[in-house]
Amino acid sequence: MSGLEDLYREIILDHYRSPRNRGELEVPPAHRVEGFNPLCGDEVVVYLHVDGDTVSDVKIAGQGCSISQSSASMMSAAVKGRSVSEARGLIRSFKAMMSIHEQSIGGPGTGSDGHDGESPDLSDPSQLLEGDGLGELAALQGVVKFPVRIKCATLSWNTLAQALDEVEAGTPSQ
Amino acid sequence: MTATAHASEHSPAGGSARLAPARLDATVVRRDFPILMAPHDGRRLVYLDSASSSQRPQQVLDAMDHYYATTHANVHRGVYAIAEEATRLYEAARHKAGRYVNAPDPAREVVFAKNATEAINLVAYSAGRHLIGPDKAVVSTEMEHHANIVPWLMLHEERGNELRYLPLTEDFRLDLTDLERLVDGAGIVAVSAMSNVLGTINDLAPIVEAAHAAGALVVCDASQLAPHRHVDVQALGVDFLAFTSHKMLGPTGLGVLWGRAELLDAMPPFLGGGEMIRDVRLDGFVPNEIPWKFEAGTQPIAEAIGLASAIDYLEMLGLEAIEAHEVELTRFAIETLRADHGDDLTIFGPEPDPVGRGAVVSIGYAGIHPHDLAQVLDSSGVCVRAGHHCAKPLMRRLGVAATARASFYVYNDEDDICALSSALRSAKELFG
Repeated sequence: MSGLEDLYREIILDHYRSPRNRGELEVPPAHRVEGFNPLCGDEVVVYLHVDGDTVSDVKIAGQGCSISQSSASMMSAAVKGRSVSEARGLIRSFKAMMSIHEQSIGGPGTGSDGHDGESPDLSDPSQLLEGDGLGELAALQGVVKFPVRIKCATLSWNTLAQALDEVEAGTPSQ
Repeated sequence: MTATAHASEHSPAGGSARLAPARLDATVVRRDFPILMAPHDGRRLVYLDSASSSQRPQQVLDAMDHYYATTHANVHRGVYAIAEEATRLYEAARHKAGRYVNAPDPAREVVFAKNATEAINLVAYSAGRHLIGPDKAVVSTEMEHHANIVPWLMLHEERGNELRYLPLTEDFRLDLTDLERLVDGAGIVAVSAMSNVLGTINDLAPIVEAAHAAGALVVCDASQLAPHRHVDVQALGVDFLAFTSHKMLGPTGLGVLWGRAELLDAMPPFLGGGEMIRDVRLDGFVPNEIPWKFEAGTQPIAEAIGLASAIDYLEMLGLEAIEAHEVELTRFAIETLRADHGDDLTIFGPEPDPVGRGAVVSIGYAGIHPHDLAQVLDSSGVCVRAGHHCAKPLMRRLGVAATARASFYVYNDEDDICALSSALRSAKELFG
């Protein structure tokens, strides 16, 4: 199964089989945002509770493919307990890692891990991600070799970003 | 002539001694398809997604290339020799498409569009907005492709026509229990000839009868059926029928709408521009007569010629032989998958049935999302479609977000089925 071991790394399968932070939070005070991947039916629901400047709790619901659900699980573990600005930083870094494919000159197959002399800042994902949630999140880097699945991996992150937007806008929790 | 040993036996016209249709030899057919003969990642391409789009035989590619290399000119406009020839070929393609579905008057009743979706939109626009009033309901079904739902939803949102749906039975067929009540007060009944998810081939006779008794027009989406079985618009009794070139070995970019001449005559144009007019002044225009009234601008001429070639190819293989091949392959597929995967596998669709079921098999696999299934299958060179198949209401009715779907055509054989089953086993090992 050429290439599949890059996509379905053990840690991804682990998060898929035993997703972290599954459940719901009471809304309000938490915020609830749904994200859909219209192409394939992946669904991620993010429950977010922000206390002051801290992501005090996050829960994940929904169903979908292993990439979307494991990414959501890893995301939840990575942002829980962090400050809002750290969470925003993680979203940016993760999405940058997912877009390495588009930015590298050669396209798919350019080096085994997207190394690209043209954009040294993005070539090493371990430098993008702060903190110790990193190790796990880097496992999703293999997704960039399967561009159709990038949307699966970023679904929960986009949903989280939307939830953070709602919190900051003071939008009433729905 | 390329090596295709098929359809050498025909039953005598109207004779009682019907010979069995010649069996199609998919191994031989494959040789006509360059994309299937080339290795993909060093492997044989097991293409099981013809329900989404079929592949092109060399004959179709040659026909289009030959046209461009020798004959291309715009049609209906030029007096010079190649323009005359291009026009002749284009109109001949129209005739052929019409005869393919046994249209009574192919010269007038066949309209080329961009695809079947556009063809249905044409009907929704021109007939839905101008032949029926907003007080008339539109009846669709729970199994429809979005192409035969969304145009009617748009009509509903724009003009208020009530939208009703024929539901499904537990065994994946249309539930006709409430048919008469649903068509009462309807202006249009929109129904597919075959489901792109379930493989169900609908018995349209009772639906057409009830619709006409209630004064409603029947719009049939034959995109899935026309490539695989005889479609006879006269026998079916429908009022409009849409199908598409790229699902029947022809090029993309060409759909076909058949409509009753008197209806097309009564309908206003859909798109405006050149070709669809008889006269244009600054203060008004006179539309052309049918079918050109509905073909605005330069049409996909080469594509029409490609479709004509595809129809020739299908008729060379023989529709009966294709049907027999697919019936057998579908039965083999369902039996093999069940034997190899037992309770891990859910099949969304009716049991094998020569008349009522086509070569589309949607599956769910215990514990494996269709997306992941399709990904693992891809690594073995097996191409299936995973997702909602442009049938989200049907997905909801089935209680799933997505299925994985394998579909079979003239170039698939039992080896492909075995490759599919074996790849499913790999998926189970990875995720299990």
